[in-house]
Amino acid sequence: MNTLFDKIWDSHVVKSIEDGPQQLYIDRLYCHEVTTPQAFEGLRARGIRCFRPDKIFCMPDHNTPTHDQDKPIADPVSKAQVDTLERNAAEFGLTHYGMMSPDNGIIHVVGPEKGLSLPGMTIVCGDSHTSTHGAMGAVAFGIGTSEVEMVLASQCILQQKPKSMSIRIEGKLGPGVTAKDLALFLMMRISTSGATGYFVEYRGEAVRSLSMEGRLTLCNLSIEMGARGGFIAPDETTFEYIKGREFAPKGADWDAAVEYWKTLRSGDDAVFDREILFDASEVAPMVTYGTNPGMGIPVDGTVPEDAAPHSLAYMGFAPGEKMLGRKVDYVFLGACTNGRIEDFRAFASIVKGRRKAEGVVAWLVPGSWAVRRQIEEEGLDRILEASGFEIRQPGCSACLAMNDDKVPAGKYCVSTGNRNFEGRQGPGARTILASPLTAAAAAVTGVITDPRTML
Amino acid sequence: MKQKFDIIESTCVPLPVENVDTDQIIPARFLKATGRDEKFFGENLFRDWRFHADGTPEPSFVLNDPRYSGCILVAGRNFGSGSSREHAAWAIAGYGFRVVISSFFADIHKNNELNNFVLPVVVSEGFLSELFASISADPKMKVRVDVPSQRVTNLATGRSERFELNSYKKYCLMNALDDIDWLLEQKEAIEDFEKKSRR
Repeated sequence: MNTLFDKIWDSHVVKSIEDGPQQLYIDRLYCHEVTTPQAFEGLRARGIRCFRPDKIFCMPDHNTPTHDQDKPIADPVSKAQVDTLERNAAEFGLTHYGMMSPDNGIIHVVGPEKGLSLPGMTIVCGDSHTSTHGAMGAVAFGIGTSEVEMVLASQCILQQKPKSMSIRIEGKLGPGVTAKDLALFLMMRISTSGATGYFVEYRGEAVRSLSMEGRLTLCNLSIEMGARGGFIAPDETTFEYIKGREFAPKGADWDAAVEYWKTLRSGDDAVFDREILFDASEVAPMVTYGTNPGMGIPVDGTVPEDAAPHSLAYMGFAPGEKMLGRKVDYVFLGACTNGRIEDFRAFASIVKGRRKAEGVVAWLVPGSWAVRRQIEEEGLDRILEASGFEIRQPGCSACLAMNDDKVPAGKYCVSTGNRNFEGRQGPGARTILASPLTAAAAAVTGVITDPRTML
Repeated sequence: MKQKFDIIESTCVPLPVENVDTDQIIPARFLKATGRDEKFFGENLFRDWRFHADGTPEPSFVLNDPRYSGCILVAGRNFGSGSSREHAAWAIAGYGFRVVISSFFADIHKNNELNNFVLPVVVSEGFLSELFASISADPKMKVRVDVPSQRVTNLATGRSERFELNSYKKYCLMNALDDIDWLLEQKEAIEDFEKKSRR
């Protein structure tokens, strides 16, 4: 009651169906190429148009290659899917940022950086990591393709209102400990289903102290705790980030918007369905040892004795084993989780003056062209190249390996992505989730390394 | 596929694994299709557990075990976690399942099943473990899922439970109607809402 989640959700309810779901109005729909073709096909089959095309933005990201984007995509099936999105956007009158457009990138990186995702909004996309946009102070969540079709057709979806959860993290994160580590820590504690059925509000000093990039990372991983979404009430950090962005309100509209956004906070008397409290000083750099993101441990820890045998067999780990010093074959920096400028700064801060380890293949994939341009403006590209790293072109890339960036079977990849499921980075690939700092430490040493020893 | 629900009685396919994520239900490389051919997705349901890399079946996986068949999948806790891909629901429907029984479902996948006329039935941990034991003792045992009365019954032991299903969704399932049919009738209400809230 009287939580920020209630305020935003309830103000978007068009109608409540008795003993049924609510009809929720959606302010922003994002469309990528993988989960929308069948939704557009549905509109065609019903002979209807998009209800509010100006609220919908499309861009391909999952299939896009991370090199030679100026050439046609080699895989004909990927190409067909990317082309289908472009055709659908044109047919239904929607804004489309194509593969070589300077505006293209991963949808969850581009939305916030263009000022398309704003406080107080309801935001959906056929992608579970839509929770990312919660960092802007929005109610943002992933939906299925049928639900995408609902929004295309009516700018609404039918949903049961989730319960509300407060996750409060007090205190300060230590040096070398990032938002990614905080999220992996939360999953270790509450498991990958600990927040299922809930919408999470992240609160407390450690959350307030995060940059927008850090907040986007934390909210991104809400779904990995099972939560429908997770958000952070907007504050000066949020307003500062939004100001001046392409779709941000301007002039008098800006002042009015900020006035309104300042009211977007849970009441002092707010009652959550569940509240959890953590101490940030307990969080260390984290790595995963298993096949779901909740199977994580501090980087200097050992594989739990009671870990699921099936997962350990897949990963080639044994109970009681240390993670430090394990050989690494691949390193992936990027994804909607860690493909932002701050992540590249963090990675560069570790590799500066060092060399990429022999035998390690590193994929550094910016989350958008805007991120890549900023990398170049800040001269990070020169630091990374001097250390033997190459910066690729933006896309989802090796996070889920729908393009060519696949980790071979049996190989170990330290990934800044969001999932270590079996086969996620390619059939048989073994994924170890970690922060950009931990990934950088592995990239230059060739083994799992505590980044705190290299700061 | 839209189809009417009433009372289903069937043998079951047991998958006593917890945290089955949608990447296992249908791996990402099968998401490149632009159509909705459920047969294609059904053939690739649990692809990497069901087949080796060379396409030969893995005999120990339950879908390749001739003892088990039926239109009810019985799965461990936290079924359908991870990616929002509706292709997972299409694969389950395409294989021929109409009901999935588990003690806990991930939110997005649960909605996706309902939107594809696959019924997720949430049962207690006790019901689920007894059901796995019943199937193991007799693969030919049956379960009855009675949508009108919202009851699920293990016909081997007689144990029966009520399952949750709101009356709106129940009406939709029993009459083969989907949410878009309902939403398309709401145009005026949506326009009024937009005016009122200046969106």
